[in-house]
Amino acid sequence: MQESLSKRCTVASDVVCPFCGTLCDDIEVDVKDNKITDVRHACRIGTAKFFSVLEEGRPTKPLIRKNGVMVETTVDTAVKKAAEILKKSIRPLLYGWSSTSCEAHAHGIAIAEEVGGVIDGTTSVCHGPSVLAIQDVGCPSCTLAEVKNRADLVIYWGCNPMHAHPRHLSRYTIYPRGYFRERGHQDRELIVIDVRKTDTAKIANKFIKVDYGRDYELLGAIRAAVNGNEINAEVVGGVTKEEIQKLAEKLKNCQFGVIFFGMGLTMTSAKHRNIDNAICLTKDLNRHTKFSIMPMRGHYNVTGFGEVLTWQTGYPYAVDFSTGYPRYNPGETSANDVLQRGEADAALIVASDPVAHFPRKSVEYLAKMPLIYIGPHHTPTSLLADVFIPSTFVGIETGGTAYRMDTVPLYAKKVVDGPKGVLSDEEILERIYKEIVRGK
Amino acid sequence: MIEVNLITGRTIEQGASMEISKLSDEYTKATAICELDSEDMTQLGIKDGDNVKVSSVAGSVIVKARNATQGPHKGMAFIPMGPWANSITGTGSDSTGMPPFKGIDVKIEEAKAEKVLSARELIEEVYRGI
Amino acid sequence: MASLIIKNGTVYDPANNVNGEKMDIYIKDGKIVEKAARGAKKIDCNGKIIMPGGVEIHSHIAGGKVNSGRLLRPEDHKKLVMPKTKLTRSGSGFSTPSTFMTGYLYSKLGYTTAMTPAMPPLMARHTHEELNDIPMLDKGSYPLTDGNWFIMRYLKDGDIEKAAAYAAWLLRSTKGFALKITNPGGTEAWGWGKNCKSLDDPVPYFDITPREIIKGLAEVNEMLGLPHSIHLQANNLGRLGNYETTIDTIKVPSGTKNKDRQTLHLTHVQFHSYGGDSWKNFESEAETVAKAVNKTDNAIIDTGNVTLDNTTTMTADGPMEYYLQSLTHFKWMNRDVELETAPGITPFIYSPKMSTAAIQWAIGLELGLLIKDPWKVLMTTDHPNGGPFTRYPRIISWLMSRPARDEMLEKVNAAAGKRSSLASIDREYDFNDIATVTRAGQARSLGLSETKGHLGIGAHGDVAVYDIDPDNMDPSKDFKGIEKAFSAAAYTIKGGEVLVRDGEIVKVTYGNTYWTNPHVDKSLEKEVLSDIEYNFKRYYSVNLANYPVQDKYVKNPIELKIDAQKVGA
Repeated sequence: MQESLSKRCTVASDVVCPFCGTLCDDIEVDVKDNKITDVRHACRIGTAKFFSVLEEGRPTKPLIRKNGVMVETTVDTAVKKAAEILKKSIRPLLYGWSSTSCEAHAHGIAIAEEVGGVIDGTTSVCHGPSVLAIQDVGCPSCTLAEVKNRADLVIYWGCNPMHAHPRHLSRYTIYPRGYFRERGHQDRELIVIDVRKTDTAKIANKFIKVDYGRDYELLGAIRAAVNGNEINAEVVGGVTKEEIQKLAEKLKNCQFGVIFFGMGLTMTSAKHRNIDNAICLTKDLNRHTKFSIMPMRGHYNVTGFGEVLTWQTGYPYAVDFSTGYPRYNPGETSANDVLQRGEADAALIVASDPVAHFPRKSVEYLAKMPLIYIGPHHTPTSLLADVFIPSTFVGIETGGTAYRMDTVPLYAKKVVDGPKGVLSDEEILERIYKEIVRGK
Repeated sequence: MIEVNLITGRTIEQGASMEISKLSDEYTKATAICELDSEDMTQLGIKDGDNVKVSSVAGSVIVKARNATQGPHKGMAFIPMGPWANSITGTGSDSTGMPPFKGIDVKIEEAKAEKVLSARELIEEVYRGI
Repeated sequence: MASLIIKNGTVYDPANNVNGEKMDIYIKDGKIVEKAARGAKKIDCNGKIIMPGGVEIHSHIAGGKVNSGRLLRPEDHKKLVMPKTKLTRSGSGFSTPSTFMTGYLYSKLGYTTAMTPAMPPLMARHTHEELNDIPMLDKGSYPLTDGNWFIMRYLKDGDIEKAAAYAAWLLRSTKGFALKITNPGGTEAWGWGKNCKSLDDPVPYFDITPREIIKGLAEVNEMLGLPHSIHLQANNLGRLGNYETTIDTIKVPSGTKNKDRQTLHLTHVQFHSYGGDSWKNFESEAETVAKAVNKTDNAIIDTGNVTLDNTTTMTADGPMEYYLQSLTHFKWMNRDVELETAPGITPFIYSPKMSTAAIQWAIGLELGLLIKDPWKVLMTTDHPNGGPFTRYPRIISWLMSRPARDEMLEKVNAAAGKRSSLASIDREYDFNDIATVTRAGQARSLGLSETKGHLGIGAHGDVAVYDIDPDNMDPSKDFKGIEKAFSAAAYTIKGGEVLVRDGEIVKVTYGNTYWTNPHVDKSLEKEVLSDIEYNFKRYYSVNLANYPVQDKYVKNPIELKIDAQKVGA
């Protein structure tokens, strides 16, 4: 112990955490002999992610399925096989992208365009409905230190940052002192609206329990009250008229308010219409005061994938290149629909795990088709893969660009070398692309 | 047997164990669970840690019942996102791209004698050989 | 690098006083040279006109706001698509084209340089990522300084040298080219849902006025010796009666001089030349504004023409976009950026049948035609705010042809003829004027006239050839032919390489990104840095170390080092 203490380790500071859309950039990582020995400032999940690079039995060699069994192979062979599958496919699905760098995204999009495939991100099963709503009504928003410096009223609706974005409250919204909020949380009010009294709700100044699937109605009633209209019901979505009116007054009379929302709105009954109504409430409130709204984006670079895909094609997810130019029609060109209609005949999965996180019916189709998987760990998806090319962790073993939930871009730097011979997503995808266009 | 509304989503335990490895015991422990309201547990005649069978039109899965810590929410069950939850989530997307991950009608039965599969076992059993 | 002889064309090169002369142009190693190089490829341009490659001074083509515009408008993207070819990537978007397509479309028009004018410093990395994905052009971007807390505080304290040192640090940190000011002060006020309504309306809590911000930044700009002047979007964009603010604004930096160029570039002035006090009596004040521009010797403008399209408005002027959506009830994006600025986006349909839109169309042209010196009135649409840049050929035809304007005046709402002076203007641009307002003037305003916007020895081998025979074509009569010819360059040549032939892309290249790096006195810099560090920790949402744009984010950079050590010494 003494000896190890005397041997100095290096400390990487200002490290960007590659877990969630909060994209904390104040992490300190101790490294000794290219091994992470300590992680400071990160949350429980972030810390687990940094240490996961040390996972015992972590895959370092590409695997290819032969006679039903995965056998080790070289990167070259795996890349060739992947390219072959994609070239042969009539309607390949290229899915994932939320846990890798924008540099990797660019190669992925180039492949999708080249093979005329459908490319979709995890947005599709997370804030896809938010995108649909934004495309209908817009989105008044801001960067996170606007909230830190100005907000006196913060609402979390249908999201549970204490579990999913553990440092969101302490870095940006409730606890930090801001320029105009010198006393930190004492200068702010936290309201949580949810179907359960979540761990976030427990620390709120006010918790409003909404009946499951009734967010749309409740939002509508609040809008009515904000706009000075009568609410023609005593109770809406489990909330009394009086409480709704009181809430509306509170919203109108704050100095700077913000609504953060999550899957509680995007996944339930009315889906994008929930978000539409929440955004319209925010717009209404700007007639009285300053109000912003922001989706709680999940994976650390799910936002970045949307940005890159949008600037290169015009659309943020569910892009179909089968006509040679980008086409976009979520519900038709989104991953689960392409799968459940039985259209896709091969899949390239990068930096995500649809076998764990898609509904059974979609996974049944994934299991049937040639499946290429690129990612750092064995996962349920790698178990069903026909080609598995292990990659390094972006933001730990490979540098790369990521966009925070408020679209602030950061460079997530490398803190240790990856295992010998393991390439980054970016390098692997570039090689697959080159293999596909070779000889064309 | 009870009939409840199922929602799925993130928990910090699921998130942290997922980052360790989805093939780890920690992950199964954190994710192959169903959080139930104490009243619903009483009605089922089970206690925290007993196995239950959760079934929807899409299929069924065995998970461990847990006392809801973010309740009370009688009539609502919560399974962390992951392969167990998604063994029973539904089909379609109402033309929005978003599958039904919340608001699923499920039946829950006591299943003390049945085994909770690991992620690997679950994938092998359900999807391999399709 | 390729060598070329461009033979027999009729050359318009206003910076070198070449006005329609038949002459040959030689390019060697990417530059214009005196004599033909051995083995140089010949291009015969008999019966064609030749101009320097087009230079764009103000076009929202890259960055967070532009991408939000793309995200907001899938319906716009269905209107124009480009499939992938062997040579080019695919893309989509009429008013907010995707990045690859943006480069191709500009190149087809004969442009070789384009600057994107409004980069929130915190989002600079994003702007550069997009610029890297725009082929065919040299590029650059202007960091926004309008609501910047550091700048406002230093200027309020009268600490102009610290403001300059901070601005130098900001340019370096963002790899920015020039200082952009959008609705000075108003964007910080928008943090509270408020605005600065006149040059003397103080910013809440910061107790500084827009006038003081403009004046201070103009001084800062010249102290640092930046290539371009301050690039200002005046307060009150789009408001009734705003021409008074505009005229006032022109005078603000009049004490600041530069021997080579203006000290104020006032942008998209069409949106700032409005009279009337209700939308019913909305009228053009372009004549009044043009007079003020004619009189001043240190300000120039770009027009911000309206092209009567369904387009997407986007500006760092958040309160203005809010105001606009409150009129239209269209979808609306707002993207306030901490300590810096407040962009907003909303679609707008300039319907020719609508009186206001028709008058706006007229105002843009009035400015172009009433400002006597073409070097003082550069052609833009403030893409995509007044319309997409792909409409430039049409604007050129309007400027060159009174019959073209008359035909439009017949078609659009009659208010355009009644509440503007356009119907009474006879002036028609000649090719020399066009070359001035689309290239030479833009290059001079940017401070890049040594290498851009002309065809003299040493200039970049950036050349546009259009299929127009000036001896046999009367632009006034054949305005449709003018629009067609400028829509599809016969050749676009960049650095001596032919990128476009007969309006089709034949080669894809990636140009340079220009950025300026002024160095001030070291001890002053140190002092300001410690101030930055103190405030960053407290008020920004990112660590200071993660703020500056890393070198890797700029593809093919051209760093303009500037010695400004006298600042603080």
